[in-house]
Amino acid sequence: MKLQILILIIVLLANIGSALGVVYSRHESRLLAVELSALESQQDEGLAEWSRLQIEQGWLADASQIEKKARGVLHMQQPDKTQILVIRP
Amino acid sequence: MLLIFLLCSVVLIARAVNLQVMETDFLQGQGEARFLREVIIPSTRGVISDRNGEPLAVSTPVDSVWVHPGQLLEYSDKIKPLARLLGADADDIERKLRRRANKEFVWLKRRLNPSVTAQISALDLPGVYLQKEYRRFYPAGEVTSHVIGFTNIDDVGQEGLELAYDSWLAGSPGSKRVIRNRKGEAVEEVALIKESQPGQDLRLTIDRRLQYLAYRELKSTVLQHGARSGSVVVLDVNTGEVLAMVNQPSYNPNDPGHDTDSMRNRAVTDVFEPGSVMKPIAIASVLENGIAVPTTLVETSPGYIVISGHTVRDHSNYGLLDVTAVLTKSSNVGVTKLALQLQPEQMWDTYNRFGFGEATGTGFPGESAGVLRNHRRWRRLEQATIAYGYGVSATPLQLAQAYAVIANGGKLRQPAFIQGSNNPPISAIDSRIANMVATMLETVTGDAGTGTRARVPNYRIAGKTGTSHKASASGYADSRYVSSFVGFGPASNPRLVCVVVINDPTGDEYYGGLVAAPLFSRVMTGAMRLLNIPPDNYPAMLASAADVPGGQ
Repeated sequence: MKLQILILIIVLLANIGSALGVVYSRHESRLLAVELSALESQQDEGLAEWSRLQIEQGWLADASQIEKKARGVLHMQQPDKTQILVIRP
Repeated sequence: MLLIFLLCSVVLIARAVNLQVMETDFLQGQGEARFLREVIIPSTRGVISDRNGEPLAVSTPVDSVWVHPGQLLEYSDKIKPLARLLGADADDIERKLRRRANKEFVWLKRRLNPSVTAQISALDLPGVYLQKEYRRFYPAGEVTSHVIGFTNIDDVGQEGLELAYDSWLAGSPGSKRVIRNRKGEAVEEVALIKESQPGQDLRLTIDRRLQYLAYRELKSTVLQHGARSGSVVVLDVNTGEVLAMVNQPSYNPNDPGHDTDSMRNRAVTDVFEPGSVMKPIAIASVLENGIAVPTTLVETSPGYIVISGHTVRDHSNYGLLDVTAVLTKSSNVGVTKLALQLQPEQMWDTYNRFGFGEATGTGFPGESAGVLRNHRRWRRLEQATIAYGYGVSATPLQLAQAYAVIANGGKLRQPAFIQGSNNPPISAIDSRIANMVATMLETVTGDAGTGTRARVPNYRIAGKTGTSHKASASGYADSRYVSSFVGFGPASNPRLVCVVVINDPTGDEYYGGLVAAPLFSRVMTGAMRLLNIPPDNYPAMLASAADVPGGQ
């Protein structure tokens, strides 16, 4: 009889313990999910930034822009045939 | 005391059982409706880049503003600051909303600048919402617009490769069911309903630097000669890859408008009667069928010949020419006399193997096949005109493909826009014949030829000029022309083939050798330098360099 009561108490305690465990892990998983979605949106943000930078770079490195600067601001010019000398293959 | 406690317990348990067992479905449904949400997982459209990975089309998120008219109209005094941010008239917006007052969703303005949307969300207006959308940007603008095309406001490809590869680029958005907390954060993912497939990137064979160079030169030539339109195509001889393809007029793909005439990729969709640039194909057929060898003599005097009552004329009386000189001088009489010795079927067969009369098969939207009528319906006069490029029509891309056959030892490769395309070489003509024609074409840029202006310093160029009358409803127009030049180089080891077509130049000059050839020369000069292609006489250049110690 005594043994049975002891077992009952143990089982009850284990039950309460596992219930608390479930609550705790559930809470934990929700916290992690929040963190995950925050990180995901951070990733989206990063990708968006990357695409914007790509476009910006594409615009700034546009050949017509570079040519305008090279010829207009830096006064560069294309060497003609007589100015080119091949030194080594 | 104990009784009261028991009574309370019983009531409590009874209620619990009632809620848990009897009304569970209803309550659970209501509860879920309050925190379960289906969320769309967006998929971004893939990036289109050139052969070196330079971006040519990139999607980036932007915000669009939509409103719930009923909610916003309750606070109509707040429309004013919103209108100011949108740069619109407050009365206009209010009128628009009143007209749609019974709707729940009205776009106010789509694809706004992020700085503007930040200010709008700071206003915290009732019934005004932001929706994330993707907008596509084309950094190279009008330079690449015909090849790439553009997408509409819903991010669906409308033209060019954006249309041809729409499903590859688009991917498909997914969705998932999540639990949200009070603050709207997703706290738990319940189920993934559909996985999101991100759009895949597309790497083209186009070289952005070459594309820009060709575009700049084409634009200035078209402007200088007051031409109606023009196209330039540069192909890699060995792989069939399209390195540059530009047209005039062009348009800005970032803001396409509705001028559909300038949206056509003429190099692929528009056909023209090529005129003299067709002669090398006829000569190839003549050589192939053993009618003549390059040194066979042809009498072209008195400079014209009558075929079925129609007179075929030369520019002047060239007298006795060999087959090579027929090409050098571009003699219509000479090529007519040679071609008429062929059976129509033989000639048609050669043209067909060069890819005329059939679409190149690139899958480019709106690609034209050109016209090459079946040889059974050829009359004698028609066979003659087809030999010098009338009564047959082709796209600039088809011409590039055909000249690449001559440059590539007789092997035809289907032009490719996408890296890694499967276009195995097909043997079109004997390599001996191809090399013979190539050698003959080199004389065109020689001192006696019609294409001296197509020369490229330090490189040997083979090619052919063309000047054809434009066909109109009432026959061939007297003073309207298409000027063209098709050629390749370096002649000792051909790497690039380039087609230039200038449609309807209105100035005093209209000959292909005067209008198209200089443009060809400028594009090829730049292309040889950009792609680091060694000159034909490279060893000789090195030797002469060694003779000038301390040279400049």
